[in-house]
Amino acid sequence: MSNEIELIKDPGLPAHVHRRADDDEKYAKRAETQVSILFLLSAFGTVLTIVSYVFIPTDKFIFIPVMGETNAEQLLLGLGMAIALFCIGAGAIHWAKTLMPDNEVIAERHEFRSEDEDRAEFVKTVKAGASAAGLGRRPLIKRSLGLALGLSGLTPLLLLRDLGPLPKENLQKTSWKAGTRLVTDPGDRPIKPADLEVGAVAQTLPELAPGEERTLNNIGKDAVLLIRLRPEDFNLDAERLSWTHEGIIAFSKICSHMGCAVALYEQQTKHLLCPCHQSTFDVTRAAKVIFGPAARPLPQLAITVDADGYLVAKQPFTEPVGPSFWERSS
Amino acid sequence: MKRLSRLRRHRAAGPILLVFALFTIGTTFQVASAVSNTTTTAADRSATIEEGKQLFLKGCSSCHGLNAEGGGIAPSLIGVGAASVDFQVGTGRMPMADMSTQAVRKKVVYTPEEINALATYVASLADGPAVPTDAVLNYERDGSVAQGGELFRTNCAMCHNFAAQGGALTQGKYAPTLMGVEPKQIYEAMITGPQSMPVFSDKTITPAEKLSIIKWIKAAEKEPQLGGTALGRVGPVTEGLLVWTLGIGLLIGVAVWLAMKAR
Amino acid sequence: MTARERIAGNVAGYVDDRTGAAKWMKKNLTKVFPDHWSFLLGEICLYSFIILLASGTFLTFWFDPSQREVIYDGGYQPLSGLKMSAAYASTLHLSFEVRGGLLMRQIHHWAALIFMVGIVVHLLRVYFTGAFRKPREFNWIIGVGLLTLGIVEGFLGYSLPDDLLSGTGIRIAEAIIQALPVVGSYIAFFAFGGAFPGEAFIPRIYTVHVLLLPGIFLALITVHLMLVWYQKHTQFPGPGRTEKNVVGYPLMPIYMAKAGGFFFIVFGVTAFLGAVASINPIWLYGPYTPGQISAGSQPDWYMGWLDGLVRMSPPIETHAFGHTISWNILIPGLILPGIMFTLLALYPFIESWATGDKREHHLLDRPRNAPNRTALGAMALTFTLVGLLNGGNDIIATTFHLTINQMMWFSRIGIVVLPPIAFVITKRLCLSLQRADRELVLHGRETGRLVRLPHGEFVEVHEPLSPEKAWTLTAHEQLAPLELPEFDGAGVRRAGAIKNKIRNRISRATAVAVPKATESERRELEGHH
Repeated sequence: MSNEIELIKDPGLPAHVHRRADDDEKYAKRAETQVSILFLLSAFGTVLTIVSYVFIPTDKFIFIPVMGETNAEQLLLGLGMAIALFCIGAGAIHWAKTLMPDNEVIAERHEFRSEDEDRAEFVKTVKAGASAAGLGRRPLIKRSLGLALGLSGLTPLLLLRDLGPLPKENLQKTSWKAGTRLVTDPGDRPIKPADLEVGAVAQTLPELAPGEERTLNNIGKDAVLLIRLRPEDFNLDAERLSWTHEGIIAFSKICSHMGCAVALYEQQTKHLLCPCHQSTFDVTRAAKVIFGPAARPLPQLAITVDADGYLVAKQPFTEPVGPSFWERSS
Repeated sequence: MKRLSRLRRHRAAGPILLVFALFTIGTTFQVASAVSNTTTTAADRSATIEEGKQLFLKGCSSCHGLNAEGGGIAPSLIGVGAASVDFQVGTGRMPMADMSTQAVRKKVVYTPEEINALATYVASLADGPAVPTDAVLNYERDGSVAQGGELFRTNCAMCHNFAAQGGALTQGKYAPTLMGVEPKQIYEAMITGPQSMPVFSDKTITPAEKLSIIKWIKAAEKEPQLGGTALGRVGPVTEGLLVWTLGIGLLIGVAVWLAMKAR
Repeated sequence: MTARERIAGNVAGYVDDRTGAAKWMKKNLTKVFPDHWSFLLGEICLYSFIILLASGTFLTFWFDPSQREVIYDGGYQPLSGLKMSAAYASTLHLSFEVRGGLLMRQIHHWAALIFMVGIVVHLLRVYFTGAFRKPREFNWIIGVGLLTLGIVEGFLGYSLPDDLLSGTGIRIAEAIIQALPVVGSYIAFFAFGGAFPGEAFIPRIYTVHVLLLPGIFLALITVHLMLVWYQKHTQFPGPGRTEKNVVGYPLMPIYMAKAGGFFFIVFGVTAFLGAVASINPIWLYGPYTPGQISAGSQPDWYMGWLDGLVRMSPPIETHAFGHTISWNILIPGLILPGIMFTLLALYPFIESWATGDKREHHLLDRPRNAPNRTALGAMALTFTLVGLLNGGNDIIATTFHLTINQMMWFSRIGIVVLPPIAFVITKRLCLSLQRADRELVLHGRETGRLVRLPHGEFVEVHEPLSPEKAWTLTAHEQLAPLELPEFDGAGVRRAGAIKNKIRNRISRATAVAVPKATESERRELEGHH
């Protein structure tokens, strides 16, 4: 007995097993009927689609268990299409499986690698071409061409320059100035301290000068959240405390992480949560980050009241609002 | 006196006197009855307060203190107003079943009369927001659904989700769904700020605006399925779940059938 | 010859006179395709792409890609009279005033989700069966490219309607661009035509979404399919199947009917979803404004893992020399995905480097027979899955009464701990499955019938395995580990010693296997009985 390990052998492609439809005309006939029924069902689906499109009014609702009150046109139009398409597919596949020959066929693979001669020939051709062009012998041409091609690639980049203006101070500044009134969003009504009970919040924007329009760009930087606490709840340094007014504190609503609106205020814990990435800020400690990915507190807006008793900004934001960027200094 | 007697004999004297007498009697009766009415209301009110106090002592004081002054585990109720009591007890949140993260909406324990008594008692301790009357709550008439939607998305959607289905807060707390919540309770929640929810003052969101918000919520609640089953109206998470189960499941199912040898 | 045959013959002749197509067609109409359900996963992608082209074209007829402000006066009452962009208003118009418009929108969005699911499951099939090995590395790279572009294309489509959810997505994308060191704010201003959100972004991404990326898709898919065609499909091991042949059904007529039919199936299933299940109900989200946000703002699932990574990121920023670098955005948003996709694209080369196997492979591996690869795949999958779960942590938290903080900490720890655990478990599982295969081949199938032997012992009757089955279970190769020299003849460390040492180590790990059953062993066992 030899020590050679003998592997299990490939028994070869198994013999074709006949389907019932191959041998019995009755089964073949039945499969034919099944395929035709599927195709007819598909035709019915298209008819359903047409009928739904033409005859069902768009405001018709029907009650469907599980789904509830459902728009009839949308549902039947879609179901008609689904039936029409699915049944064509199911019919074709059933046809292929039951009635078309199912003998497995063997095809040979060829090697992808070219013959050695062809490879050598190829290398020779390329070398001959290159030397005919003289690339190797004329370095001046090679280098100047390289330069030209490289430079020409700059053109499309250059042309893209006018896609937008340079950022300049845009990311650093908001519309808030000393004395800008805080007005409700929406509604644009100025707010007095007494309007807010302890535990109240208000979504605010800077008041517009007459004739001014508010753009989304403005809202994207200017949105401010007002929160009123009991003054003794604050845990702020003297400067930040002086930025509050009678327990009212104002923060930029634009998240310092990725710019979502942070307005989810929990009155009991006095935490602000950003619903996008769940950064949590502690309002009593000047929006210090206590959880989540944000790395900076929300910028605080210093507020006070004007001569008429309305809440105004005491000064502009002292730092850029919103997500970080390279030019941001702190 | 002569003059009087002459007037007395005037031919219009009789009818005038009659009118005067009737007027006097009427007025007197009216005043008298009015007086008796106010006295009974005051009496009723103090009776209600007393009833409320008894209910409070029995059901609430163990946590909120004998005089609703609050305790280690429960806040003071002085100044929270009737609206707050009506909301907390009327939605079954109070009395709290257990001291978990937040009080949950559950079966209401007290009858409407008892809730009224409790609310009246707490309101008697100090001023606070009153329970809005049905006349105030006519949101169908006074609200605007589109404006309500805008207000909702600015003030409410960050916690309660874009379709008022509720959402997660920190540490296991959550903003509940607003589907099926009574308009009165929504209103009370806005003016009292129950639990984690902040207060929305009448000056920053006017009563009319609050009604618009309610009208929008009710419209969202009633909105039929415009594009098929709503998948909970919570956004792309359930959509992704459906495509990874039913969607690819159906397709792989057909693929398996396709590649299976027919018998 | 019937009249019909004559006409068909004339047409074919006319075409062939001008193209010589007959020769090519003759050969390719009988091209053989192996049959397996998992070989249809790529077709799901191809067909969804066609559905996306068709339904997307329909949508463009009504969609107005403009951020110009309009007042809505359409039929959806809850938004009546509100200011919004023309893009959003036209999407509402398309949904409510165009018959079948909402259906088409939903079909388009469901098809996009199925397209991406299809790509991922197709990729998993190719990975776990080793179909990416020589000569198919190029096609693997094209596939990874298609996956990447699919994510971008899907995100742009999700952004187009300018609803509150998609605007929030754009806001986050802008923050990622802005976080790029040195050039971030410039690129962001160029992309948005100024400050966020501006009025330029949606028209611009519209062109990219409907023209540029579909064009690239079309080109890449064509090359992908041509390579499949030219290199012929891989096949699972089985009787009669070798590295040198391909066993299956001819294109004409069977595969044409099956594959053509499957197109209609995919379209039908997509239409069914579009009919019964609401997707992206933008009218509920409301128009975008930066001052609003909804709880549970999520991206579509194929971006969900990225969002999950961003959520779990620790709060790290560097402030130095008057500049800021946001690691909390760059690492989860760009660096980690960059590393993941690069490793994914290079995997075929990494594996062949580690195993030293430079041969062509047309027979697929059963995942258990490549334990290291399978375990690595499980590891990557676990990593992505933890990210994905965290991307939906708020919805999961409210549904299962957990807290988002718990979910976040679970993910932060799990993303580091779970992938290695998945690796170890999967590898062991593969090895025990190999052992089970070996037992099966040597001892046959347990029949569950007990027989009492003459001396009283009970034994279970084992039914011998069919030769076909036995071959299928043992057809795979078991490679020996590499033995690259670390020292030269004189015992001095060679120049590439460390590299060779690493390769040897990896190769040894890759080669760990339960020896497959052999005919010799079977015979020996038979002798004992």
